[in-house]
Amino acid sequence: MKSDKRIGIEVIPGREGHICRKDAGASAETVKPAGQSGPDIACNRESMAGAVSQRACVFCGARVVLNPIADALHLIHGPIGCSTYTWDIRGSLSSGPELHRLSFSTDLREKDVIFGGEPKLYHALSELIEKHEPRAAFVYSTCIVGVIGDDLKAVCARVEKERGIPVIPVRSEGFKGNKNEGYKAACQALFSLIDRAPRGETVPLSVNILGDFNLAGELWMIRGYFEKMGLRVVANISGDGRVADIEKAASAALNVVQCAGSMTHLARMMEQHYGMPFLRVSYVGTDDMADSLLDIAGFFKDKTVQTRTEELIASEIAALAPELEYYRERLKGRKAAVYVGGAFKAVSLIKAFRALGMQVAMVGSQTGKADDYAQVRAVADPGTVIIDDANPLELAQLMNRLGVDIFVGGVKERPVAYKLGVAFCDHNHERKRPLEGFAGMVNFAREVYSSIASPVWQWVPRAAAAEGS
Amino acid sequence: MKSSASSHVSTTNPCRMCRPMGACLAFRGIANSMVLLHGSQGCSTYMRRYISSHFNEPVDIASSSLSEKSAVYGGAANLKQGIRNVVARYSPSVLGVVTTCLTETIGDDVRQIIAALLVEEPSLREVLIVPVSAPSYSGSHMDGFHDSCVAILERLASRPIPNNGAINIFPGFISPADIRHLGRILADFQTPAIILPDFSQTLDGGISDVYRRIPVGGTSLEQIGQMAGAAFSIEFNVTSPERQSSSALLESLADVSGERLPLPIGLRNCDFFFQALSDMTLTPVPARYKEERARLLDAMVDAHKYLFGKKVAVYGDADMVLALTGFMVDVGLVPVVCASSGDGAEFTRRISEATAGLETRPAVLTETDFDRIGSGATEAGAELLVGSSKGNHIARRLDIPLLRLGFPIHDRIGAQRLLHIGYQGTINLLDRLTNTIIAQQQDEYGNGYSYM
Repeated sequence: MKSDKRIGIEVIPGREGHICRKDAGASAETVKPAGQSGPDIACNRESMAGAVSQRACVFCGARVVLNPIADALHLIHGPIGCSTYTWDIRGSLSSGPELHRLSFSTDLREKDVIFGGEPKLYHALSELIEKHEPRAAFVYSTCIVGVIGDDLKAVCARVEKERGIPVIPVRSEGFKGNKNEGYKAACQALFSLIDRAPRGETVPLSVNILGDFNLAGELWMIRGYFEKMGLRVVANISGDGRVADIEKAASAALNVVQCAGSMTHLARMMEQHYGMPFLRVSYVGTDDMADSLLDIAGFFKDKTVQTRTEELIASEIAALAPELEYYRERLKGRKAAVYVGGAFKAVSLIKAFRALGMQVAMVGSQTGKADDYAQVRAVADPGTVIIDDANPLELAQLMNRLGVDIFVGGVKERPVAYKLGVAFCDHNHERKRPLEGFAGMVNFAREVYSSIASPVWQWVPRAAAAEGS
Repeated sequence: MKSSASSHVSTTNPCRMCRPMGACLAFRGIANSMVLLHGSQGCSTYMRRYISSHFNEPVDIASSSLSEKSAVYGGAANLKQGIRNVVARYSPSVLGVVTTCLTETIGDDVRQIIAALLVEEPSLREVLIVPVSAPSYSGSHMDGFHDSCVAILERLASRPIPNNGAINIFPGFISPADIRHLGRILADFQTPAIILPDFSQTLDGGISDVYRRIPVGGTSLEQIGQMAGAAFSIEFNVTSPERQSSSALLESLADVSGERLPLPIGLRNCDFFFQALSDMTLTPVPARYKEERARLLDAMVDAHKYLFGKKVAVYGDADMVLALTGFMVDVGLVPVVCASSGDGAEFTRRISEATAGLETRPAVLTETDFDRIGSGATEAGAELLVGSSKGNHIARRLDIPLLRLGFPIHDRIGAQRLLHIGYQGTINLLDRLTNTIIAQQQDEYGNGYSYM
């Protein structure tokens, strides 16, 4: 086992390049992992066998991006597990239909694997469309479908013809790469939906919301801001999404892209094919929220929009200032570790913690890419440990080594933090209170404070991390 | 929404988990063990999340993280690297190497790959590497669970050894609290017991001052070896075929006589279990359990009027549902849907036996999904659901309560501490059931009431 001297933790040989420290004193532009040349941090690679990566698979990437489209049928072509473990996984709210909350599977069995699953897929699709009358159907391929060679495209085309709704294959075989490949597969499916519809006239002062999944109703909040600014939202992609809206997406004037890791691909395709511009935004933290709205307003070069946006920001910030100050007083000086799906969100979280007077000592992501990590480095404090595609042992060692007070991540990391005596904030699918937007910042502060300030920690010793078993 | 045809080929809201999941759970009950799933990265992450959300414990499961190339040319290199890395990082005594649908379909010969690895790296021989075949496209998680127990016994307890007077218990998939309760019962019978698998600590650990890579607890390899010398075995599994029965295996390989009993839930099943223990150990049932039994009877009488005639839909793993059905019949509840996640003619036969006295027989569903359970519950006018948290959608739709038990419970805490078995577990269950019904009646009764 190799001990990583730079960071002071053990890593599997071959993983060293995935961890670096933003060196104290160096300027953001010049920071490189010590002793290494070439790319700054190894990322966007396949996970190492036996490393216990926190990542899921290609299928998962596609599933979480498309699933919130609430009036579409989402059929998983594969064995039962892929459907069981992703049922209602995303927690996306819908203001209308909730077809996305049902988990449909072809439940492939041995005989299907031997003789092919196409007949079962055809019948399953037909009966489900008959029963639920969806506006479109997405058919996800899983690992074995890629191996047994079912012709998904042909089956989908046949059913589309027979049923008169878009039936779109999603090429998401689990082994085809990492989660980023799944995002790409989802974007291709979305583009296929958009592109088969006739393109309408561009709607002035309008946007599509890309990369928000309406967890805890966050998208509704964002839509509310846009409406106050005087903008029209053509399509939500994909939170509280509707097929008919997405089909009209090419008529929006601008794509605003959050969750850049999952949705930039779609924005690029739309830029390429329709000349639609896009802006990368983030709704996490007051600074990024405000900057995003100003960027969007700036794009439209419309005086009324600009004024309304400035007023909106001023009134929202004024409304939350006293409560934020309350938490800032109590949280300042505390240290956080952040490990999230995409590195872009991590950037916003660093700023959000800074706004609370806290420091992020460790920041990492499952699927960040080189430019995301460059931004992370630019924003992070000197000395911050940056980690890609981490695993529980590395995270446990880092939490301990860096003496963090709170860990921000998803549900798999929660018990690791708790066992170590570290507070936790869920910033993943399971959150039940909006953490985006201006009001979300207060919720975020409250979440962080309610774990850090809990009296239970007085009884729980900080555990020594990940000693040998 | 149109009405559903009964002969549909699709599955909606699965009630079944896949085979590798059960293997992961069983290995978790073996001391200092790890599992490596030979397949694509997502399987291990999904199962970790699923298990972790129920038990609120860290759950590390490795993956060989196959790529497109390995899916085409075979996963040997990934599997070998995966084993090396897991052993280097976790130093396990046992490593379950569990296949998935992908590696079963591409036809990797896992045994041969492991054999080749052990030649390349003899130091790995210190780790007991146990391959388990778990094609996710056949059977359910319970098949993976039982297969894993059988696989490890075949490696460690496959020939007779001198009698050590111990009792083997193969409890099946019950909660950590249940396993601890079993240990206590056996201790009260003053008989050494070996429970396999025992995840009472590994999936319900306390806070300690050291974070361990592999949590403490579990049945040790030495104990598993000693199972071949036990006086007898008790297995709570009456629904699996014989080849998946740990007690049958020990009987044939190591001459340890065994008995397969229903899960000790409900007065009747508990009596079977305590009687069997008493007979086998030649020890009278300890006073504590006679008192618990009497208290259970008292509780049944206290509760009977609230329960009588209430229609219940129950779903979950076959042995659990079977035991719950028997218990419900015995307290006057009326099971109207009995649904098993797995397949099984044996399940169907036994449910029909357990409900023979009812005026209306329940709908019996196997390898089912929540769509079918929901239809069954609706048609039969179920007033209560009993099973995992995944029935929550149905409960909300039908506006009936759901009593959460079994696995998984993802929307409440404390699932690992739910006691289902023994007289005491049955009392807990009875109280929870009854209070669920009373709470609903109280809510429906005008302004509620202060006395019953």
